[in-house]
Amino acid sequence: MTPNDTHLLELRGFTKSFAGFPALNGVDFTLRAGEIHALLGENGAGKSTLIKTMTGVVARDAGTLTLAGEAIAPRSAEEATRAGIATVYQEVNLVPNLSVAQNLFLGRQPTRFGLVREREMRRRARELLAGFNLDIDVAAPLESYSVAVQHMVAIARAIDLSARVLILDEPTASLDAHEVENLFAVMRALAARGIGIVFVTHFLDQVYAVCDRITVLRNGRLAGSATTAELPRLELVRLMLGRELSEATATRAPVDRAEAAPVAAFTGFGKAGYVAPFDLALRPGHVVGLAGLLGSGRTETARLVFGAERADCGTATVAGAPVGLAAPREALALGFGYCPEERKTEGIVAELTVRENIVLALQARRGVLKPLSRREQDEIARRFIRLLDIRPPDPERPIGLLSGGNQQKALLARWLATDPRVLILDEPTRGIDVGAHAEIIRLIRALCAEGMALLVVSSELEEIVTYADEVIVLRDRAHVARLTGEAITVPGILAAIADEGAGAAPRAA
Amino acid sequence: MTSLNRLMPVAATTAVFLLGFLICALVFPNFASLRVVMNLLTDNAFLGIVAVGMTFVIISGGIDLSVGSVIGFTTVFLALAIERWGIPPLAAFAIILLVAAAFGAAMGAIIQYVDLPPFIVTLAGMFLARGASFLLSTESLPINADLYAHLSDLAFRLPGGARLTVPAMIMLAVVLAGMVLLHLTRFGANVYALGGSRVSTALMGVNVPRTTVLIYTLSAVLAGLSGIVFSLYTSSGYSLSAVGVELDAIAAVVIGGTLLSGGYGFIFGTFVGVLIQGLIQTYISFDGSLSSWWAKIATGLLLFAFIAFQQITLRMARRPRARAMGVVQP
Repeated sequence: MTPNDTHLLELRGFTKSFAGFPALNGVDFTLRAGEIHALLGENGAGKSTLIKTMTGVVARDAGTLTLAGEAIAPRSAEEATRAGIATVYQEVNLVPNLSVAQNLFLGRQPTRFGLVREREMRRRARELLAGFNLDIDVAAPLESYSVAVQHMVAIARAIDLSARVLILDEPTASLDAHEVENLFAVMRALAARGIGIVFVTHFLDQVYAVCDRITVLRNGRLAGSATTAELPRLELVRLMLGRELSEATATRAPVDRAEAAPVAAFTGFGKAGYVAPFDLALRPGHVVGLAGLLGSGRTETARLVFGAERADCGTATVAGAPVGLAAPREALALGFGYCPEERKTEGIVAELTVRENIVLALQARRGVLKPLSRREQDEIARRFIRLLDIRPPDPERPIGLLSGGNQQKALLARWLATDPRVLILDEPTRGIDVGAHAEIIRLIRALCAEGMALLVVSSELEEIVTYADEVIVLRDRAHVARLTGEAITVPGILAAIADEGAGAAPRAA
Repeated sequence: MTSLNRLMPVAATTAVFLLGFLICALVFPNFASLRVVMNLLTDNAFLGIVAVGMTFVIISGGIDLSVGSVIGFTTVFLALAIERWGIPPLAAFAIILLVAAAFGAAMGAIIQYVDLPPFIVTLAGMFLARGASFLLSTESLPINADLYAHLSDLAFRLPGGARLTVPAMIMLAVVLAGMVLLHLTRFGANVYALGGSRVSTALMGVNVPRTTVLIYTLSAVLAGLSGIVFSLYTSSGYSLSAVGVELDAIAAVVIGGTLLSGGYGFIFGTFVGVLIQGLIQTYISFDGSLSSWWAKIATGLLLFAFIAFQQITLRMARRPRARAMGVVQP
């Protein structure tokens, strides 16, 4: 019996409805021992629901679940863990204020006469983490380590709880390329030990880098399942979307525009220890893309331009007049808009409705004394919901209930409502499904055609190539290359990022 | 570095206490004696005991406002049980501890299962227990049982006329037991975990309902024990006794370096926090001319200072660190 032929986890006919709306409809899923299995689908395809029903967090309406040939019905995450199915979520579900060792062994610390044997626990923690190539001080609180390390600790804990099935729910969203490589190495090692791994991700590159098999969900149904080798990328995208993603992959018609006078220009602009001084010109109808690895200074550049961080050298001019740009308020008054990367913490106000979120920036610019009338608000909200195709088209729905892509569109609407001259977008397509990617990209192009100046930070090089008129490549918190026109290609950008033998293999995702 | 940060508030509290003691000793020539120290322990025994329970509650991310009322109820109950109903003192102690345990468990269960904020639940408990003690009696009742007289005579005699009394011994024992329970057991780790992240703790398989009920039970039992000590100390029961002690306890816990939002703190810090409050009282009684309200003002100022200090150290600790700390060897 070779590991690859063992059906470790088998789901048959999983069905779940929320308030009459089917989230899962007769889904089958088979995980073999020693296999890394990608679970893919657009937002709302049913991935989360499948995982939650599999682990007992949500009760399923119908379907059978067998683990190594034995029918199980976990009613909570705890029971699922005990049965051998462990889940590591994107938000690390550990306790930040406890030590790494306590986190690894919480609830099952080695004890003698009721007292925790601290030294023994630490020894075991070090041993356990050594298996994950992690050599850290296990007595230090978990919160003192990076998210990547915290993920490793969470995985180590899950595996040590005798997990036979490990579910990784978007573990790579906040990791940089090097950390992702490390995670993959650990995943391969675990698979080699016969553990079945379910890997949920938005990054198709990663799927092809590490997965043996792919299962795709669409609209709560099984759209297809095949080995990675049998499923080329285009076919996979077709499965996920149910249509060809022509828009996202189409190349942009080259636009020959005369170099218009810049709306905003920055000379020798920078901040010590933050971003090295740079020159940047934002022109109307022009998209400037910022590319580079995580932590290379892309977001930092965007924050400097918006005044969220105060520059300590250089000059900025807007429409020819010098400006200070000391605070976002000032940038706002100058007609700048900024959609930050951390939608949840820096962007949306989850409890407020879509309408209230959309008018927020406009209201802030007008000041408290000149409130927008309800009629004006309704009018603005309706216009942008129609324009950006925000779904569901209900302005009174709390924005927290919308999918990631639609939240992003509402955020865009917030800034568009202020009719900005310069719009800064930080990772506009992060964490949203492929279909929404195409729509956001279409929007970016439309905005640019209207004469807005855009500055876009993105890790998705293929996307940058489709919309940018100019790409600035960053490395180690400095602008290292400026590509324009024909030079803007994915290999070109990668070469610029990797220049001078920077070591780490650059990744598009 | 981070573990050092964590100890900083406790170190600061201890330094403040030592400094305060030094100042007192310089101002009053006969202050620095074993006798004063022992009196400090005796006079604040009931506060120390209840503050240990409060430390558990606050580290778990909760609050218990009912403890002062539970102390009051206990003293009235003991006076009536021993003097009127003729229950032997030791049996009365056992009964009141069981009643307190049931009371705390009920509050914990409501917090857990009805999912109400601890503030509201224990506020209701505070009114309930205070009201119940008024229902029992509104008078101050003396307790004349032999055991009480015997216990107040019982003490380790130390040099210089100092006496380590029964209340002081009980408090020291509670502090030591609290340290062991909080820092060295699984239960203690669960208490910290709850204060760190309730959701994660549940997902990690810790029995959160059981832990929550146990924490409030522990706090109420210690409040009951504190009530016993209080009645020993005053040899009486009165429904208005120990009003506002819950706030003194919270102050002691916070001055001791425990974060009011939960997750961080030490029993030892609470102990020192109690001693600091006692020290201020002692200073005022030594001085003789100061109004006792100055103790409240001094405590208030200290509280402000410590909360500010905590925020500063917290911000320093949470400053983004280089990722280099957890380098993964490929």
